[in-house]
Amino acid sequence: MSALPDFKNRARAALADPVLKVAIDRTTGNAERKRAAAVAAFPEFEAARARGKAIKDHVTAHIDHYLEQFERNATARGAQVHWAADDAEARAIVTRICLAADAKLVTRAKSMLGEEIGLPHALADAGIERVETDLAEHIIQLAGEAPSHIIWPAMHRTREQVAELFKAGHQPPPAAEDPATMVQSARRVLRQKFLSADIGISGANFLVADTGATCTVTNEGNAELTTTPPRIHIVTAGIEKLVPSTAHAFALLRLLVRSATGGEMTQYTTFHAGPRRPGDADGPEEMHIVLVDNGRSRMLANEFREMLRCIRCGACMNHCVVYRQIGGHAYGGTYPGPMGSVLTPVLDGLAASRDLPNACTMNGRCAEVCPVGIPLPTLLRAWRRRSWREGLEPGSLRAGIGIWAQLARRPRLYRLATRIGLPLMRLFGKGGWIARLPLAGGWTAHRDLPRPAARSFMDQYRARQKGRK
Amino acid sequence: MTGEPKPTVGLFVTCLVDAIRPQIGFATLQLLEEAGCVVEVPQAQTCCGQPALNSGDDRDAAHLARQTIAAFEGYDYVVLPSGSCAATMVHGYPDLLAGDPDWAARARAMAAKTHEITSFLADVMGYAPAGRRLNASATYHDSCSGLRELGIAAQPRALLSHVEGLEMRGLPGNDVCCGFGGTFCVKYSDISNAIVTEKAEAIEETGAEILLAGDLGCLMNMAGKLNRRGAKTRCFHTVEVLAGQADGPAIGEEAL
Repeated sequence: MSALPDFKNRARAALADPVLKVAIDRTTGNAERKRAAAVAAFPEFEAARARGKAIKDHVTAHIDHYLEQFERNATARGAQVHWAADDAEARAIVTRICLAADAKLVTRAKSMLGEEIGLPHALADAGIERVETDLAEHIIQLAGEAPSHIIWPAMHRTREQVAELFKAGHQPPPAAEDPATMVQSARRVLRQKFLSADIGISGANFLVADTGATCTVTNEGNAELTTTPPRIHIVTAGIEKLVPSTAHAFALLRLLVRSATGGEMTQYTTFHAGPRRPGDADGPEEMHIVLVDNGRSRMLANEFREMLRCIRCGACMNHCVVYRQIGGHAYGGTYPGPMGSVLTPVLDGLAASRDLPNACTMNGRCAEVCPVGIPLPTLLRAWRRRSWREGLEPGSLRAGIGIWAQLARRPRLYRLATRIGLPLMRLFGKGGWIARLPLAGGWTAHRDLPRPAARSFMDQYRARQKGRK
Repeated sequence: MTGEPKPTVGLFVTCLVDAIRPQIGFATLQLLEEAGCVVEVPQAQTCCGQPALNSGDDRDAAHLARQTIAAFEGYDYVVLPSGSCAATMVHGYPDLLAGDPDWAARARAMAAKTHEITSFLADVMGYAPAGRRLNASATYHDSCSGLRELGIAAQPRALLSHVEGLEMRGLPGNDVCCGFGGTFCVKYSDISNAIVTEKAEAIEETGAEILLAGDLGCLMNMAGKLNRRGAKTRCFHTVEVLAGQADGPAIGEEAL
């Protein structure tokens, strides 16, 4: 992945876009309401959450065992299992399979891991036509963009903007701009691709160790049409997607769907267990499963281990005040929002992404809604600690915190400083407010500062105590 | 309390209250005494260390944690008029000092007796203010650390329900962060501004005359934005209303 452009610039651009804000509010607002209703209607939610957390922790603790079991069972079903240590290796494996099959057209069902490993670019570089089949992915493919949310990749686009994209990108263009007509138009365009694709590539929501099956959930059925008609099906999945059994997959599914969309179940939940067998009505001739590490085994051994529980529901971003102001593209990585702010430094390095763990108010709402109890603020603070230790934090902040700490460590000096500093600060005020204060532009650019007290609490209190004696 | 010794409380006034709004400290002191506590204000206190902790500067944060523990561990309780500083002591200190054999147990003991003021009054002392009246409408913002790290939501509302004449109005998004976030509001001031602007709009839409909250940091952020927008909303810390001090100047109003 290339070095990230400046987060603050991207955030500023997003804040200046009123249409973006409308689009974000529509989708995340709906998601928030629906999730709350779904959780309220599911009294066992807390118990389910505890179980989900336990399942993921168990797999994390025994990942070698489940990886071996999965490979054994998937292979027994006729699938070919490949191992990729990083994104480059994953890209190379997928491209090699495509080229060996002389593939011209590849359909793709939405997969964040595919984005993570840079698959769209790799396929383009190999001269292979790639068609995104998820409706939202289809929209952002027409726009030439990356996903801005892990559940609703095109949530930053309004219906009106989508109508423009379809008008320009569909032949013939849709007859009207109502959602039903536009969906019909996308269906017509995509259907030809489904039927003529050489290879279908999907991600996996779960890898079931005891059956060797991969599980994909969608609301559009596009994953089924991507994975069934073509000659070859390639699954790319992170190793943390493992679950011991189908029952465990369903336990997590109950949490995933409620947390993501507020539904009880997705429209389509499909288990793929190997290629077509003799007598099967349909299915691919070959099935390849690419198991991707890309930093995950490193997380097993460090303070970000709990992040491996993540089931990619997106609830944290839907409930994040920062995400809801700047949207997903501002984060600059594959995964946006709180979970992205933990994962991006793992994937792209902290030096390139130190803004992300810092651009958080630590309000804890993300952890409150996380269906597998990931302590996201704690993990973000862990990145800040590393960033501080590695000297990546800007000198101005280090100096500011340093001076403050030196003062705060000496109570007598601290009192003296407040006794001198408060009257000085008051000079900048008029009435009860300070409208502009040197070195505090970040504050006073946007809001007034209450004028400090002439005498600190401590001074007033001491005077009062003396008066009493 | 019949004959039982009064509990001793070490009052941590927080650095913001000390410098910006001492009234909050005095209101807290008054309420603690009304509730039957013997209150002292240790002079060795400065800042709880939260700015360092949240910036990743664990060394300075740990030093301030040890300094604070040493100054306060002699009291029955440690009470603060701030959910976020209280959460720093309750959760942050034990984490910071977990690997320090000399201090880990002291940090845990300190955490166990540290309380935010409204939860201390309601949950520990069973206190309710009597004879307070304020003819006004008010709305309440739940500050994040207090709400999510310490479970403070019912206590301030229960205490405020004893203030006669006070009409409480719901605030849509009352549990959504105001965009303060300590150093966040300065480091990412554009984003913070967008967040607090939405918060100010929600507050103004309630039509309430007064905004109440339990953390001065959040209050300064919201009050400063409301004032910049020309809103007439008066902003107080919850304890100021509970102590009957809302007849004095609100945040940003100059004392006569």
